[in-house]
Amino acid sequence: MIVEKSNIQSEALETVVIRFVGDSGDGMQLTGTQFTDTSAMFGNDIATFPNYPSEIRAPQGSLFGVSGFQVHIGSVEVSTPGDNLDLLVAMNPASLKTNLYALKPGHTIIVDTDAFNRKNLEKAQYKSNPLEDDTLNNYRVVKVDMTSLTREALKDIEGLDNKTITRSKNMFALGMVYWMYGRTTEYTIDFFKKKFRKEPLLIDVNTKVLKAGYNFAETLEFIPNAYSVSPAKMASGTYRVIMGNTATAWGFLAAAEKSGLELFLGSYPITPATDILHELVKHKHFGVKAFQAEDEIAGISSAIGAAFAGDLAITTTSGPGLALKGEALGLAIMMELPLVVVNVQRGGPSTGLPTKTEQSDLFQALYGRNGESPAIVIAASTPSNCFDFAFQAAKLALEHMTPVILLTDGYIANGSAPWRIQSVEELPEIKNNKVKEGADNWSPYIRNEKTLARNWAIPGTIGLEHRIGGLEKDSITGNVSQAPENHEIMTKIRAEKVKRVQDDIPEIKTEFATSGDLLVVGWGGTYGSLHSAVKQMNLVGYKNIGLAHFNYINPLPKNTGDLLTKFKKIVVCELNNGQFVNMLRMNFTGIEFLQYNKIQGLPFGNSELMEVFKKLIK
Amino acid sequence: METAVENKYTYKDFESDQEVRWCPGCDDYVILRSMQKALPEMGVKKEDVVFVSGIGCSSRFPYYIDTYGMHTIHGRAPAIASGVKLANPSLSVWVATGDGDAMAIGGNHFIHVLRRNIDLNIILFNNEIYGLTKGQFSPTSMVGQKTKSSPYGNTQPPFNPGELALGAGARFYGRISGNSPKDISQMLIDAHHFKGTSLIEVLQNCVIFNDGCYSNVTNKDVKEDKLIFLEHGKPMIFGKNRDKGLVLSNLKLEVVTIGENGITEDNILIHDAKEKDPTMHQMLVRLEYPLATGIIRSYNDLTLEEREAEVTKQVKANSKFKKIDDLFFSGETYKVE
Repeated sequence: MIVEKSNIQSEALETVVIRFVGDSGDGMQLTGTQFTDTSAMFGNDIATFPNYPSEIRAPQGSLFGVSGFQVHIGSVEVSTPGDNLDLLVAMNPASLKTNLYALKPGHTIIVDTDAFNRKNLEKAQYKSNPLEDDTLNNYRVVKVDMTSLTREALKDIEGLDNKTITRSKNMFALGMVYWMYGRTTEYTIDFFKKKFRKEPLLIDVNTKVLKAGYNFAETLEFIPNAYSVSPAKMASGTYRVIMGNTATAWGFLAAAEKSGLELFLGSYPITPATDILHELVKHKHFGVKAFQAEDEIAGISSAIGAAFAGDLAITTTSGPGLALKGEALGLAIMMELPLVVVNVQRGGPSTGLPTKTEQSDLFQALYGRNGESPAIVIAASTPSNCFDFAFQAAKLALEHMTPVILLTDGYIANGSAPWRIQSVEELPEIKNNKVKEGADNWSPYIRNEKTLARNWAIPGTIGLEHRIGGLEKDSITGNVSQAPENHEIMTKIRAEKVKRVQDDIPEIKTEFATSGDLLVVGWGGTYGSLHSAVKQMNLVGYKNIGLAHFNYINPLPKNTGDLLTKFKKIVVCELNNGQFVNMLRMNFTGIEFLQYNKIQGLPFGNSELMEVFKKLIK
Repeated sequence: METAVENKYTYKDFESDQEVRWCPGCDDYVILRSMQKALPEMGVKKEDVVFVSGIGCSSRFPYYIDTYGMHTIHGRAPAIASGVKLANPSLSVWVATGDGDAMAIGGNHFIHVLRRNIDLNIILFNNEIYGLTKGQFSPTSMVGQKTKSSPYGNTQPPFNPGELALGAGARFYGRISGNSPKDISQMLIDAHHFKGTSLIEVLQNCVIFNDGCYSNVTNKDVKEDKLIFLEHGKPMIFGKNRDKGLVLSNLKLEVVTIGENGITEDNILIHDAKEKDPTMHQMLVRLEYPLATGIIRSYNDLTLEEREAEVTKQVKANSKFKKIDDLFFSGETYKVE
């Protein structure tokens, strides 16, 4: 029976959380990205969370080979990918088994029944078929013979191999979801036209399957209602959807143009940071020099060379890579060169959880070097503000002549969000400490009185030839010095120089409350989760909870101490075993800090946080 | 750019104000002075010269030359120098390194810089020992050599630096005795003019921990008979009486005497350093008698900077982006009122 769309009661929702899950080869990342982009074009606020295995092609149908993409769309502000699902699209038994826990009771599952064969059920360790027993009693299950219907949709195209047919079934699922949420298929069809420019047959195949899914959903009797999520209210401007890693790369592009310097990236591929290299290497037209080095050490070393030669130099990595870069980073601190090190954090120690998120490299960033070697440490907190903090990292490095470590994490690096595009013109100025030819009484260690940044004389500048290195230097001349007092002076100067960055960073502000019963403290990539949970608490009547979320870690904002005394209790929430909390304990003795930690390679959930906060307030 | 300099420098222009602190009698002094004498002959401005070093006795080198310089960390000088050169290809970039710095801790960077052929110059001070840490065996120490870390004799077979370099794709490799300052200077000048990574291995004596390590081939009284100094386009002749030469026999290099067994100068191999195929160069670097010195290989190839510049030119010509904003506002964007 055909049901006219106009006859269906459309359910208006503020936000919806959808997760697409399937085998690694099922194209779930592409499906999720397409849904995200289409929703952003529609005007929704969005937040995404791709979650995929570290194996490139894990054995088909296995529990550990499941790849998923979660998207949260809203007509109101959305700050996390959401924890509980409104809709789960499961392409095989293994993906159903590993993701069902997240679906809200009574909500919808779409499954490809063709994939629920004996072999796949065994691989997913199901003793009986969950579509036939009582496993899914609490949910609304939409059973679709997706593989067969895809084959049927393509029957008029001759000469298609089985693989091409089964590989396009994800578009059938996407078509169905588009219809359910009142989206159009146009954006995705345009995408096919671009992506498969050179293989027109695939444009045809994917378009046909997408439309077939859309039409199938429309004619399906048992989708009882359709959902609509209206556009969200956001600040006016031009927007685009951006991934955290792309935003990071673009922040550096903007900083290079703004500072008038050329951008040099020395890097070695490592998950989940590699996309920054992928992005920057594309932009040779802007004069970007992206150098894929032989290892992590050569990545940072080449960047140090480029910094000495006058470029805006950066290196990008993840946890284990930062460990390898430690010695060279100490050299950059000793030589007082501008350098940005990006660490897209992942689960550790060692290889750990390469594709999962964690905040466990904070101590490494702060202390992971020999000697007294302070670095500026800052952290981005959302996919789109990776742009702002990459820009800021470059600005601080150049203006203060010392390395900056920018911490992001797998969660915000791979997540995407709407970004109000900032033109280079509206960004703040970036100065640098270069000295011109023929400067009088010159020494490389003459410092800016305010920032203590030393002079930056680059090779090619007449009359300013000089040598620097890893040995301790005389505080005036810059020549090698082993003098006892001098080493103490220089150690204190390097520390003071980092501390004075406080004068150039904003004070921290609390959200939701400026004083009260509980202050929730977080840093970096957990902003979305913490903001959303505290906001929710506020909405349900807990008005005395504030949130203080830190982007500047070393140095901390000047007013940090004051702010911490305004609340009765403080809880520091981190995706590690308690690092920032211990740093705060060390800096603010006499203040009691409680902590909430999660170390599962996953972001915080909303209800999980709310439970914690409620218990603390009692 | 490296343009000719009108007011010619002397070696004094390249002496820094720092006191040189190597052990008395060290060959490092010879190399330093050879460098200071070679620099005015290169036609390069001193502000365009950068010396980069790692760690070790040899790595103090940049402090003593009045140009730009960086004394960095153990083994990483080739990677740091690569960054300097890629950031500003108009600079003349030099790496001073030792056998431990280049081939032990820095082995990875050493082979990759040679593979890429970035236009920089590496001076390898090979004294077959660790000097700065006071006398442990290095990757070029001989088997059986007694050192502080091999009191019963070294059991680790050594690298032959030339062989390693050619295996890694070196386009320019020269070997020179540490007691021949004029030849060192000339080789440094040749390395400077060569486009691509040039590697100069200096057979350098360590008076304290490995004294006389090359004396059986480099001492004045034996040098002419034990070493062959190769020059491109010239026959491979050596010996006090210039009567010894190299011929190819059964795929091996063989020493013959001119005037014996009907051998004339016409039979002697002609050295072709510019040949792309490194087979003969490999045979020469492996030769023990006579030990081959001079520029063994000098094959002209595109540098990494040239390859990069070519790609960049094409990308620029085809790009629709002139400034960053063009990129930011490109593709799928939408307006919120």
